[in-house]
Amino acid sequence: MIPEFGHYALILALCIAVIQGVLPLVGAHQGRREWLMLARPAAQTVFLLLAIAFVTLAWSFYVNDFSVLYVAEHSNSQQPVMYRLGAVWGGHEGSLLLWVFLLSTWTILVAQLSKALDEFMVARVIGVLGLVTSGLLLFVIATSNPFTRLLPAAQDGRSLNPLLQDPGLVFHPPMLYMGYVGFSVAFAFAIASLLSGRLDAAWARWSRPWTTAAWIFLTLGIALGSWWAYYELGWGGWWFWDPVENASFIPWLVGTALLHSLAVTEKRGGFKSWTVLLAITAFSLSLLGTFLVRSGVLTSVHAFATDPKRGVFILIFLCLVVGSSLALYAWRAPKSTMGGKFSLSSRETLILLGNVFLVVSAGSVLLGTLYPLLIDALHLGKISVGPPYFNSVFVPIMVPLLVLMGIGPWASWKNTDLLTVLKRLWLAGLVAIIAGISIPLIMGEFTWLASIGFVLAFWVIASGCLQIVRQAKAGKPTRSFIGMQFAHLGIAVFVIGVTMVGAYQEEKDVRMLPGETVTVGGYQIQLQGVNAVPGPNYNAMRGTFLLSKDGSSQTTLYPEKRSYFTSTMPMTEAAIDVGLTRDIYVSLGEELGDQSWAVRVYYKPFVDWIWGGCLLMALGGALAISDKRYRMKLKGKTA
Amino acid sequence: MKSLFLLLATMLCLSSSFAKDATPLAADPVLEQRLISISEEMRCLVCQNESLAGSRSDLANDLRREIRTLIQEGKSDDQIRTFMVERYGDFVLYRPPVKPITWLLWIGPFVILLIGIVGLLNYLRRRNQSIPSTTLSQTDNAKIDALLNQDRRDRRND
Amino acid sequence: MKTKFLIPLVIFVVLVGFLAIGLNRDPSEVPSPLINKAAPAFEIPQLEQSNKMFSPASMKGQVWILNVWASWCVACREEHPVLVELAKSQVAPVIGLDYKDKREDALAMLSRQGNPYLLSAFDANGRVGIDYGVYGVPETYVIDQAGIIRFKHIGPITTQVLNQKIYPLISELKKS
Repeated sequence: MIPEFGHYALILALCIAVIQGVLPLVGAHQGRREWLMLARPAAQTVFLLLAIAFVTLAWSFYVNDFSVLYVAEHSNSQQPVMYRLGAVWGGHEGSLLLWVFLLSTWTILVAQLSKALDEFMVARVIGVLGLVTSGLLLFVIATSNPFTRLLPAAQDGRSLNPLLQDPGLVFHPPMLYMGYVGFSVAFAFAIASLLSGRLDAAWARWSRPWTTAAWIFLTLGIALGSWWAYYELGWGGWWFWDPVENASFIPWLVGTALLHSLAVTEKRGGFKSWTVLLAITAFSLSLLGTFLVRSGVLTSVHAFATDPKRGVFILIFLCLVVGSSLALYAWRAPKSTMGGKFSLSSRETLILLGNVFLVVSAGSVLLGTLYPLLIDALHLGKISVGPPYFNSVFVPIMVPLLVLMGIGPWASWKNTDLLTVLKRLWLAGLVAIIAGISIPLIMGEFTWLASIGFVLAFWVIASGCLQIVRQAKAGKPTRSFIGMQFAHLGIAVFVIGVTMVGAYQEEKDVRMLPGETVTVGGYQIQLQGVNAVPGPNYNAMRGTFLLSKDGSSQTTLYPEKRSYFTSTMPMTEAAIDVGLTRDIYVSLGEELGDQSWAVRVYYKPFVDWIWGGCLLMALGGALAISDKRYRMKLKGKTA
Repeated sequence: MKSLFLLLATMLCLSSSFAKDATPLAADPVLEQRLISISEEMRCLVCQNESLAGSRSDLANDLRREIRTLIQEGKSDDQIRTFMVERYGDFVLYRPPVKPITWLLWIGPFVILLIGIVGLLNYLRRRNQSIPSTTLSQTDNAKIDALLNQDRRDRRND
Repeated sequence: MKTKFLIPLVIFVVLVGFLAIGLNRDPSEVPSPLINKAAPAFEIPQLEQSNKMFSPASMKGQVWILNVWASWCVACREEHPVLVELAKSQVAPVIGLDYKDKREDALAMLSRQGNPYLLSAFDANGRVGIDYGVYGVPETYVIDQAGIIRFKHIGPITTQVLNQKIYPLISELKKS
């Protein structure tokens, strides 16, 4: 009965979502206040219904109801509770339910937190979100119903892929989807402003905190995914330019451009149509990503079980949403006003220049991801586009952007003397060059790539420090200013992590008998023994390794080789000693007979700075949102 | 007590002298490095997007063994790549070869970047010319000052 | 001035066009670069008579089919009846390439399900398979009188493939 409640909740939600989508938009167009007023309650109802649907699905997993097909495919009675619940979004149907549930969550947040906004605008925003929700719900109910029954019920479930039975599953998809879906708010604001014909700077101001919030979640979601792959896959890689990874990174790049463009529009009132286009593009890329991952057009380790019928449905949905938005854009955007003047030498120009780099880099990642499909569709053969391409193209485009990052915040709005700015930055340049020469030498090997990485990172850091010093003299810095510093610092920290690991990591592949030692990165790792250890739904061989440096022992590491009951492929659980300046990574391979084991060890300097940098970026965004101006109540007339 | 300490010290010395260094898994680590760098840029054909270096599948093991043999025979990186492409096509290379059908892929981003930068600067220049400079009247300036002062007072009170 | 606002929409429509076509293509199917090239030479022991060797050169002058198979491959067992039919039709001799298999298991499968092959070559370590660009059994090649590979099918052979692709090709090759 309970799964049927969930099913009914979905269908009801679709009906209300259609109301939420259609009536407020028509009402805003025709000036019918009664229909406008339906927006918030409709959004609240849809949220409640989808919460019910979500909870019933989670309940079915919790009680091991294998008469529900989706539960039987992704769970197992021996699976730990945490992963039974994580399995709710472990497959296509459930993850889509999560998608649409999070969409209704963002909608209700907008509905509740926008009391100060113009009611026509709010109604339009909620209306647009309602239309998107309706489309997705239709897709779920028609082709991807998580509540489909399996009769007769299975004795036990097939269980979740062992690779997914990890805390990463609990956090990465929800965080990522909050980001993906969050860009729908900026999208809705953009569409609402196009519909109203009012393309003014106030829209940019309202849109900004929502866009930043989505960006924060997407940043964290991508970072979590990268970190999960690093410790889970056993070979220490953290980014593979896999199509699904790219599908999340491309909207992030465009979202970053959007964040900065909104700043220009808010300050100057100009570039509204460009900012609107970016907002539409960011969310369209989220939807495109959803299509790519579930339709089977691209090969990826992350791809969900594919079904061309679902692919067709998503493509049609994509056409409708993006096609109509871009058509609306082509019709209404030309009517927007120019906004204020600013010199070619100004902060606005530098931000927009940064936009060009970000958008082109996003475009090139998209091009590389889709190129095999392009060539195949034209019957020109089959090629692969992998990490060598993306590294060769993406990195050179980012280099000038990092240089800009150090200069931009120094430039004043409207007009600035670039020569004076550059003169002020001489110290930052010096620090950067010193870092670029000295650090590679300290690490033991000078390579140009590493040197450039450090030059750029320290350029940004030094420029930021000088800015903070200058601001401290001028008065109390705003949260927005501190947020910007943290976010840019985060990028620099990220670059240091990537450069260090890329240039100076060490790897050793050895055969080890108990008592033997392998040395890597100045650390000694000694195998003490390998024992059989049972787990809840697997049997494992666990190695005990003693980690020491210069004779003093530091810690013990326990990598495992697991055989899950429901899988034939053995799984490696690496053991990592996490440190601020390095990770020591030990992975247990196969037993080689004669009691020895194949072991792989890594020394990864500063690898955690990669995700630390992402955390700093997210923190920066959070600080920016909490800036007073977004909480300031306007006295007297509304904006 | 002393004898116990001596015994312990002796045992420690003995055990450390037994602490052997592990032997590398590969017969020739240098060759193995070259194998990894070549096979990292190749696709494992039976996997869902994994490199030939990282995959543990049967075919990947066979192909790595094959490449190892080719390296031992003294073949160059290019010759090894040609060997693989002759049998499996361009699909096996993760670094797409530069030929007419991939010109757009390799050159495109940089061309678009150039167009974007030049286009933006041109657009900004024309925009500045088309927006009229406005000078505000005395009364307008006074109004603006009054509003700004009120705003400053409000911020201080928040 | 106004037309430039249509550019995003145009780009999107083109993109969707490609995606729609892509839905009908299989991204993991690898076309063979060996089509219209000489079948790679090899000389390896036969499966049934392990003291005798087999080389593709011995098939010159006739159109023939090379089928890569193994006893451990589920899809090979599924396509086996179709191969038996193909052999019965006597359209062209079928030579098997037993890929990375155990002799006893391979012979057992042939005695159980029938032997459509004139003979099978025994590729113990898969070296010949690599030269032929084999990445997943079963795979089937049609080779002409001059020893040139004219067609490769990846995956199990079905009667549909036989009727639509293989039989027509063989009759064409025989004419020339």
